Amino acid sequence: MEEEGIITKIAGPLVVADNMRGCEMYEVVKIGDEGLMGETIRLDGAQAYVQVYEDTTGLKPGEPVIRTKSPLTVELGPGILKNFYDGVQRPLEAIGKKVGDYIKRGVYVDALDRTTKWDFTPTAEEGKQVVGGDFLGSVQETKVITHKILVPPGLSGKILELKAGKFTVDDCIARLQTDAEDRELTMMQKWPVRKGRPYKDKLDLEVPLLTGQRINDTFFPLAKGGTAAIPGGFGTGKTVMQHQVARWADAQIIVYIGCGERGNEMTEVLEDFPKLIDPYSGENLMERSTLIANTSNMPVAAREASIYTGITLAEYYRDMGYDTAIQADSTSRWAEALREISGRLEEMPGEEGYPAYLATRLSDFYERAGRVKALCSDSEERIGSVSVVGAVSPPGGDFSEPVTQNTLRVAGVFWALDSTLADRRHFPAISWLRSYSLYVGHLSEWFNKSETPDFTEQRDDMMSILQKEAELQEIVQLVGADALPARERGTLEVARLIREDFLQQNAYHDVDSYCSLEKQYLMARIILQWYDLASEVIDYGVSIGKIEAMGIKDAMARMKYVPSEEFEKQYDKMVKDMKDEFEALKRKEAESA
Amino acid sequence: MAVDISAREYTTIREAAGPLIVVEGVEGVAYGEVVKIVTPSGEDKMGQVLEARRGLAVIQVFEGTSGIDTAKTRVRFTGDIMRVSVAQDMVGRFFDGLGRPIDGGPEVIPEDRLSITGEAINPTARDYPREFIQTGISTIDGMNTLVRGQKLPIFSGAGMPHNALAAQIARQAKVLASGEPFSVVFAAMGITHEEASFFMHDFERTGAIERIVAFLNLADDPAIERIITPRMALTTAEFLAYEYDMHILVILTDMTNYCEALREIAAAREEVPGRRGYPGYMYTDLSMNYERAGRIKGRNGTITQIPILSMPDDDITHPIPDLTGYITEGQFVLSRDLHRRGIFPPVDVLPSLSRLMNEGIGPERTRDDHSGVSNQLYAGYAEGRDMRDLVAVVGEEALTSRDRKYLEFADEFEKRFVTQGKNDDRSIEDTLDLGWDLLATLPEGELKRIDEHIIKKYHPSHKGE
Repeated sequence: MEEEGIITKIAGPLVVADNMRGCEMYEVVKIGDEGLMGETIRLDGAQAYVQVYEDTTGLKPGEPVIRTKSPLTVELGPGILKNFYDGVQRPLEAIGKKVGDYIKRGVYVDALDRTTKWDFTPTAEEGKQVVGGDFLGSVQETKVITHKILVPPGLSGKILELKAGKFTVDDCIARLQTDAEDRELTMMQKWPVRKGRPYKDKLDLEVPLLTGQRINDTFFPLAKGGTAAIPGGFGTGKTVMQHQVARWADAQIIVYIGCGERGNEMTEVLEDFPKLIDPYSGENLMERSTLIANTSNMPVAAREASIYTGITLAEYYRDMGYDTAIQADSTSRWAEALREISGRLEEMPGEEGYPAYLATRLSDFYERAGRVKALCSDSEERIGSVSVVGAVSPPGGDFSEPVTQNTLRVAGVFWALDSTLADRRHFPAISWLRSYSLYVGHLSEWFNKSETPDFTEQRDDMMSILQKEAELQEIVQLVGADALPARERGTLEVARLIREDFLQQNAYHDVDSYCSLEKQYLMARIILQWYDLASEVIDYGVSIGKIEAMGIKDAMARMKYVPSEEFEKQYDKMVKDMKDEFEALKRKEAESA
Repeated sequence: MAVDISAREYTTIREAAGPLIVVEGVEGVAYGEVVKIVTPSGEDKMGQVLEARRGLAVIQVFEGTSGIDTAKTRVRFTGDIMRVSVAQDMVGRFFDGLGRPIDGGPEVIPEDRLSITGEAINPTARDYPREFIQTGISTIDGMNTLVRGQKLPIFSGAGMPHNALAAQIARQAKVLASGEPFSVVFAAMGITHEEASFFMHDFERTGAIERIVAFLNLADDPAIERIITPRMALTTAEFLAYEYDMHILVILTDMTNYCEALREIAAAREEVPGRRGYPGYMYTDLSMNYERAGRIKGRNGTITQIPILSMPDDDITHPIPDLTGYITEGQFVLSRDLHRRGIFPPVDVLPSLSRLMNEGIGPERTRDDHSGVSNQLYAGYAEGRDMRDLVAVVGEEALTSRDRKYLEFADEFEKRFVTQGKNDDRSIEDTLDLGWDLLATLPEGELKRIDEHIIKKYHPSHKGE
């Protein structure tokens, strides 16, 4: 019975147990008569401090604590996609079936269903030497995703036997002769969530992760394998932004983590995804997604674990050679969970009560993103990526707070949400003046491919117009727009077009919700052409009032609602109409002169 | 159920400080267990275990620690967690902050005794809220639509008419298709007698009193009790909604007092404080109340929450409104500026928001032009407000004619759309038509947020075409 500890203290999610000598840091333990799940986070002599993943009400000192001798792990295998987990990978739907509409504690359900039979097709051959990461075979997990069954990292040897047919995740599908012993392999492997899965090499980020959102793709692109932070006060549209990325990103696998957020938001994702069509595969979005929900009222320690659970799932699919993206909404809630536990441990607080190791933990997490050469035999080259988009909820919308600042130190893209833009319903409320992307340089080659050779040039032109507008606005605030020269007013007008017709995008509009890169390019082109022509007729003497009243602007205002596939046709017509209208203006000016 | 056999009584209080007492020599005390305390003078008090150790328990006392001594005071551990007796008969009754009747009526015969903590609803069991609630208030219905199962707080400040607004919502709220009224569960935390009686009179006057359950913890009631009051109210609401298929509107006022009580306990326990001395777990604590709003698949009842909180110094970045805003599905923000100018209800639509609006409006729910009109009104009003700032600097002459139209638009918007009487119950059609009247004062080309065919259908200058 040496393995059994005794509870000596309970305070919220923290339990202290005695007689725990030999227990390891981050070992999972079962607490109390109900066997609540917890994780050891501090050791002090024979005492272990345990964060409990479930509500502790009713626990008593003296109840037992049992060691599992294993860190917190996730189950990896077919059945992850289309599933819906809590922060420690308990399947919520199965729990609902077992205990009803509320999440009861002490309920244990396997993360991967043990009864489902998957059709396993071997791709390796018997007698072949394999190493960790090599494919043994594959399973059609969903309509769009072929799940590759990998040799677990760290194992290598000769395949003695390889089966084919229908198996559960528990069944043996292969036997491997390793140096030490013969091992039976199943389709499921386990991995500790706090440890990144190994890979061969990290690669440069050269390919963008397209999101179908104009301001993100054109102005502040994220790379596959990159990291982005979306900080913003409440009501600025963080969650909508996250949903949009989850919906339209051209990643093959999406892991969506609702970390300490609203229950209804998760319900929305759950209802929406099966209905929305993925523009890349033509199937519904759930076919490529897995959701992790630890809503704000669910136990705080499980919230802390949720982002690690999420990124481990993403790494697993990365190892199969997929581009994966995880959305963590919101990392601030994760940091608060860390703070809460740290407070209960009576640790010396750092800034704003957050523990001093906040920065380390954040960078550890973001560094697990990347584009890598996956683990496998040297004869094969397999590339996969994990991109991370983390929402941050700074208190009071103040970006100087520790979570935002520490995140910015490690994230490659900063999509700054601005509450003044949100107040005037300019969505997405990403500030074009404050945001940045460190990947622009790396990605320019990709963007300037043959069909769109001047993509980045257009971007820079629009950006400088917006910068110029910001400067001009300061003058307008002092003297009024009327006092500006005509050319400057032309700049203000085109800046308005960029803001309203290009940057604003309606996430709830059937067409506008997703904008293909080709359409983005053409839309930008029209606006810039308009500017060139407008500057020309201004120099010719046409009054700014006439230019402001041009009819083509109505068509431009509506171009975002033209479906991507019809856009090219529409584009030609608009360019022609635009030229005609400017010609007419010039003609009239000449006549009146 | 309280099991008397397991009840254990101690007189070993070691320490009393602020709202807390520490009892030693105890055994088998459970975290969260309820205790009964009897002072030497015979006064009964109730408390709850905040920290359980071997041989030691830290207890928060709801009625305050006055009268407690370290010699004779008896502490009895009930072996049970905090529960509230619930019954359908509670409708129409008044209780104190701990759920004891204060209207002179008989004790409620409990149909059930439920834990007040509530459990987290499994996100897969939730039904997404999308039934439009018509409150008859244009700024809400038209631009920040409330739906059944939503939690939408009113951010107010001292001296602003948030109570009048909440009462008007409670009175007028109905779901269009069904016309069923809401039953109201009203939880008061630390509000004054005057404020409480305002609500009661209003409910009485309109007959709403018949369908209300009130839990009142007033300003002079024990502060720590406020931690329990909203949980009592929400547990009752859940019972009525899910057992009796009722639609419940929960009004929680004032959440600021609730948070103060949280802070008081945290300070007494010498916890590491988060922002402005509020405990680091305040977000989690608040969410355990707010997240109890919603709808559950397969159950007919719903819980809609309108918490009211006064922002200290009208500061929306203060931790209380800030954390609330991160949990709730939007917020109504009252503006002192509008209030000062005599506009009622002084809802400032720009920082206000309803996150669930998009699902609750549109064809079949309200009208197909709703989303467009709302967005356009927002954009127009925001632009008009900018112009006001500009005029203050450069004077009206410097504005272009387009700018001047927006300036007028903002004024008219406040005068006609925002302003309405305390008994003015506008239908959603009236609200939207009013919106079109205002939008018609702008050039049609400016209406970029509205689809063309909608403009053709509803714009006053196209009507009858």
